[in-house]
Amino acid sequence: MEATADKKDLKKFRKETREWLDANCPESMRQPITGPEDVYWGGRNGEFKTPDFKIWFEKMHAKKWIAPHWEKQYGGGGLDRMEYKILTEEMSRLGCRKPLFSFGLSMLGPALLKFATEEQKIKYLNDIVDAKIRWGQGYSEPGAGSDLANVQTKAEDKGDHYLVNGQKVWTSYGEKADMIFCLVRTDVEVPKHHGISFLLIDMATDGATTRPIKLISGKSPFCETFYDNVKVPKENLIGTEGQGWDIAKYLLTHERQMIGGIGETHVPTPVSDIAKKYLEIKGDVMTDAVLRAEIAKFEMDEAIFDMTIERVIDEAKAGNNSGALSSFFKFYGTELNKRRYEIMVACQGIDGLAWEGEQYNHGAIAKQFLRTKGNSIEGGTSEIQLNIISKRILGLPTR
Amino acid sequence: MALILTEEEQLLKTSASELFKSKAQIAALRKLRDEKDPLGYSKSLWKEMSNLGLAGLTISEAYGGLDFGYVGLGQVLETCGRTLVASPLVSTVLLSGTAIQLGGNEAQKKQYLPGIASGDSIFAFAMDEGKHHNPENCNTKITNNLISGNKTMVIDGHVANYFIVAVKDEKGISKLVVVNAKNEGILVEKIEMMDSRNLANVRFENVKVEDILDSYSSSTNLIENVLDVARIGLAAEMLGGIQEAFSRTIAYLKERRQFGVPIGSFQALQHRAAEMFGEIELCKSVVIKSLKAIDNQSDDLPKMASLAKAKLGETYKRVSNEGIQMFGGIGMTDDEEIGFFLKRARVVQHTLGDTNFHLDRLAKMKKY
Repeated sequence: MEATADKKDLKKFRKETREWLDANCPESMRQPITGPEDVYWGGRNGEFKTPDFKIWFEKMHAKKWIAPHWEKQYGGGGLDRMEYKILTEEMSRLGCRKPLFSFGLSMLGPALLKFATEEQKIKYLNDIVDAKIRWGQGYSEPGAGSDLANVQTKAEDKGDHYLVNGQKVWTSYGEKADMIFCLVRTDVEVPKHHGISFLLIDMATDGATTRPIKLISGKSPFCETFYDNVKVPKENLIGTEGQGWDIAKYLLTHERQMIGGIGETHVPTPVSDIAKKYLEIKGDVMTDAVLRAEIAKFEMDEAIFDMTIERVIDEAKAGNNSGALSSFFKFYGTELNKRRYEIMVACQGIDGLAWEGEQYNHGAIAKQFLRTKGNSIEGGTSEIQLNIISKRILGLPTR
Repeated sequence: MALILTEEEQLLKTSASELFKSKAQIAALRKLRDEKDPLGYSKSLWKEMSNLGLAGLTISEAYGGLDFGYVGLGQVLETCGRTLVASPLVSTVLLSGTAIQLGGNEAQKKQYLPGIASGDSIFAFAMDEGKHHNPENCNTKITNNLISGNKTMVIDGHVANYFIVAVKDEKGISKLVVVNAKNEGILVEKIEMMDSRNLANVRFENVKVEDILDSYSSSTNLIENVLDVARIGLAAEMLGGIQEAFSRTIAYLKERRQFGVPIGSFQALQHRAAEMFGEIELCKSVVIKSLKAIDNQSDDLPKMASLAKAKLGETYKRVSNEGIQMFGGIGMTDDEEIGFFLKRARVVQHTLGDTNFHLDRLAKMKKY
């Protein structure tokens, strides 16, 4: 009887959710996002691109649906798993955008929920939900890329604060971040994995500076950040000293799923449709037989990769833990995305390589193509993912 | 429809696995090969499989089957693939049983299906006529209930009690017909294949037809539908072979030592192994999803069948090649069993369309 009652409640919840979203989500907030400038990021200097962005954020904020699945004391909506699933489904059905894009929501939040003190959770999670703070990630360093545990940015214990000195790279939108979650070295005596701590640093503090990095795409979505005798209060430490590596690994799992495309709701245009637009087709068959075969193979792998996401989610629901697979999804998803853009550029010929000009959409395809090359580097390179698979899943010995 | 097995399907898989573990290891296939067994499979094993109900999994209860569905049959085929079990499951149940179940009328089903479900009748499906799979190439004709033509790649053709034959009538319309193997005018040439199983070339010269399977909306669709079901079934078998060959290879990488360390500690091998792991994850997904597509009578069946057969063909080729390379010299010996997977991979890849055939078919479905 109880199960039936639950089912009925969920049905009601779905109906109410759909009606509320339909009544409250502005039309322009149901259009696909065109790029990272076309979303609301929040933060101390956060700007709403148009009034609709503000309306949509405020409505969802008042409804407590910025972080719908977090507990209420942290600013969340307290939805259970089924309700949260229904909300995401209904949002995707109407094409509703996320009202707030935030590394706080997608990356730091889950780590805080697991490792932070109650006081820290109440403070930082609420600030994330209220869009008061825009977060950046401070992991990589010039000497710590794939060998992330080699971070050298030092945090010295000075009694009431840490004194931080060092440099981070590849901080996404670093120049816009109010605060940054950092891996710092607090102990040089112990093995490298054990001397790392997870520290929250306010970028407004004296001695913290940023510099954008210009990429091959011509864009600068990443920064270098520098720390020159930056004082960070002791209470900004998450977990205990030396626990940073565990927290980093936990957080990277979330990041990998994000980069690998898990949980993405948009359906990309089939590459064969793009090919048909640009290339000669005779009697329903592309005349470029080699590219045709490459496209068919890509579309096969893409379709079956989607089925694999579906299967693994179904298995997880049935109670089979498959956390170790995040490395596989990161590896395969990013390699697929690179293949997609190789084919797209190949299909469009010279149009796909144009860099400027209105008629070429300002080189959007060329720039996106170049950007995809970073997919298999950021968040742990493809080679690092293969190392993880062979060690943790296949149990192959390390040397 | 969740992409997981039900408890019953899991149980079926376990019991099939136990049977093959005790009765049909690769050693059993080796014995059939070395003794040049005239049947090419073990009659007593087939009886046991039938007694367990495996031959009747996809046949309705009304005709002596279990009505268990194709996800179930897929689990058994996958398990067969692990130890390369030679049996009439593909020819008789997967191909011919499906053809009769889908295309036969009440009387035809009543006549043929109970014999399949009990394991007593062996059926062979005669479709292809060339060296490569090509359903459009059909020159076998039916006139006045007599058929004439040459068929190739007929699985278990040399031991069949009945043939299901693809033919064209005077109007050029494709049909599936049932022929009793005892009828006059049939010439069977048995071919021993690389995988130690049997195919046959079968020549029909004015052979009398018992039945025409025409209780289906369109006979062309019937043939395509039967082929798609069988392609998915073969993909399930391939999944078993792929997983077994891969796990044997990984075990060997951990055990074999050179330069004083296990060779599995070398990154050159680790990355290739990890990439194969990923491809196998994809294989598992397309197999279970396409098996469910059969049971759900999905409109996507042709697409699912080609995705499954193309992907599994590609992966079986890769995993069986890497198996030999990673086993090194020992992998080239007949004593080591890894080579059996390479041999099966090539024959099963070729059966009912290889990766190229199905990639081409997928592209045609999307009109490019």
